[in-house]
Amino acid sequence: MKKRTWFLMTLLLSLGLVLAACGGGDDEGSKSGDNGDGDSEDKFSVAMVTDVGGVDDKSFNQSAWEGIQEFGKDNGLEKGDGGYDYLQSKSDADYTTNINKLIRRGFDLIFGIGYLFEKPMGEIADQRPDSQFAIVDGVVDKPNVASILFKDHEGAFLAGVVAGLFTETNKIGFVGGMEIPVIERFESGFRAGVQSVNPDAEVQINYTGAFDKAELGKAAANQMYSSGVDIIFHAAGATGNGVFNEAKEIKQKDPDANVWVIGVDRDQYDEGAVTVDGKEYNVTLTSSLKLVSVGVKDVSERTMNGNFPGGETIEYGLKEGGVGIADSRGVLSEDILAAVDEWTDKIVNGEVVVPQTYDELEAFSAE
Amino acid sequence: MSNRMTNIVVPVLAVILGLIVGAIIMAISGYNPVVGYQALWEGILGDSYNIGESVRTITPYLLAGLAVAFAFRTGLFNIGVEGQLIVGWFAAVWIGVVFDLPMIVHLPLALLAAAIAGAIWAFVPGVLKAYLGVNEVVVTIMMNYVALHVTNALIKNMSDGSDSTERIHESASLKSSFFEQITDISRMHNGIFIALLAVFVIWFILQKTTLGYELKAVGFNRHASEYAGMNVKKNIVVSMVISGALAGLAGAMEGLGTFGYVAVKSGFTGIGFDGIAVSVLGANSPLGVVFGATLFGSLKYGAGNMPSAAGIPEELVSVIIAIIIFFVASGYIFKLLLEKFSKKKEVK
Repeated sequence: MKKRTWFLMTLLLSLGLVLAACGGGDDEGSKSGDNGDGDSEDKFSVAMVTDVGGVDDKSFNQSAWEGIQEFGKDNGLEKGDGGYDYLQSKSDADYTTNINKLIRRGFDLIFGIGYLFEKPMGEIADQRPDSQFAIVDGVVDKPNVASILFKDHEGAFLAGVVAGLFTETNKIGFVGGMEIPVIERFESGFRAGVQSVNPDAEVQINYTGAFDKAELGKAAANQMYSSGVDIIFHAAGATGNGVFNEAKEIKQKDPDANVWVIGVDRDQYDEGAVTVDGKEYNVTLTSSLKLVSVGVKDVSERTMNGNFPGGETIEYGLKEGGVGIADSRGVLSEDILAAVDEWTDKIVNGEVVVPQTYDELEAFSAE
Repeated sequence: MSNRMTNIVVPVLAVILGLIVGAIIMAISGYNPVVGYQALWEGILGDSYNIGESVRTITPYLLAGLAVAFAFRTGLFNIGVEGQLIVGWFAAVWIGVVFDLPMIVHLPLALLAAAIAGAIWAFVPGVLKAYLGVNEVVVTIMMNYVALHVTNALIKNMSDGSDSTERIHESASLKSSFFEQITDISRMHNGIFIALLAVFVIWFILQKTTLGYELKAVGFNRHASEYAGMNVKKNIVVSMVISGALAGLAGAMEGLGTFGYVAVKSGFTGIGFDGIAVSVLGANSPLGVVFGATLFGSLKYGAGNMPSAAGIPEELVSVIIAIIIFFVASGYIFKLLLEKFSKKKEVK
């Protein structure tokens, strides 16, 4: 029995250590920043709380932080108290504490990045009616919270225009993460874009059910490319990395293969780089951009000038420069770029209203 | 040294040793350990808000640690506290959202639902272990994944595809306006009383009741217990069920106290796994768990202040906290080694 106890005890200890170490990363809040001694009363100060992605997630947290940094530079602020700063969340228990920490450090405007902040921010907004908040990608209906949304579907529409004109096989793929309204918006916009310029093209849809499973993205891409698809648009976060990997592998085997990926949220050109026999190729055709930095900077500026848009929901679309598509680095012909400009104008004028849901897409197709 | 003394002295020495090694690492990396530990201290006890949030962090650790410790007393490793906690969290919130009852009924009902959900989740591995001899470690680990994904699906179902449920009714909430007032609106809630009550109840069961005596006897030597006429199988199941109920209550602390809702999780909360470490730190005794949970909870929460106030990168903070815990845990190994060593001598 003693031997058994000894063995089990050791097992338990090692398990405990391993598991504690695994879980450990989650909660240790991780606040960053120098402890500047800025005077918060003279200058306008702004800070943000990331969701669990962190400021180097190559996606919207990073973009938001870039917007705040830009704003800080433009206005001569320094990182730290009284200037600009961020706090990173390691689990959803950190959202509330991080926002509260920033309030206590005296920041004038505090951003919560991501829809996950809706509940915690709604609660704190009631508790601290004198503080000013803004939320990205979510809506909090409180007088001291500004809500920032992006018209992702307009960026996706332009990606669809590019794909519809560029495809040679008339087969285009769409890989989505989870079936949620946000991704429905991407899919509807994208399909509407393809239809508008190339009604004959077929769009294959695949929802992988996850935003963090690259292997599922890879499998979906493999299936699509082998059925003749030549361009895949992904709206699947890290799952989309699998799409890039599959395209790059195909390129590696056959540098002349006609496989392309359209990135999402930020310019994913770097993701598509592949070197075959010393020669550099890139599978990224373009990316549908969501410039969180534009929205964050705009709201910061408005607030600094005394026009805090509290209680409002501000939507950033093509018109406001909040979405768009990335530079294709010369892959796209002048004709395609001209077509993109033309459709951009139509959307900005309001001549074309990009569908956001399947129902709207059906109505759009009928027209 | 008497057993009781080693139980107290070893962890305390280990914490001190861990702090010293952590300080050395900070110094080598070019950071001032004094400033670092000052930030840690202030992050835990610096002002009323931080004290409140530290207590809030400690609360579920108390129950999760108790759950592991209780099962361990019967010789069972409940690695499934994490999963039991998740189902408890969901069950508590479900009762809190769906029903609208007076508080005197609603809150106890929500707590009870959490405990029952956790108990059911632990009942399965308990029965498998008792009657079929299936290793409970494997079953409980697997049940964690089942819990995670089943609750995620249920949350989506319950909230029409959205990622989180509605907020629970006030009548089921553990929130305390008194604590909010004195701690500058931290999320400290009344759950701490429930957790401390649970510590007392478990201590009472283990030390003062026949059930506790039998459970411990099974833990010491199953065959002897059977020979002595105890129903070992029943005791194993009972032990797992009580452990699971405690884990479920830990989930209720999060659901009814800290958050007030439950959101789809992409991964485990970590509280259940940390509960293993809490239990080990506390030498698997109810009072020890109070020590372990307090240490673990305050380090976890207070460490968040180190990057902010001392400029120490978060990665290094994780290393330092892990080292402190590592030393406390290995202190226990040293103690066991010492005991084994001295016993061998006695035999000779």
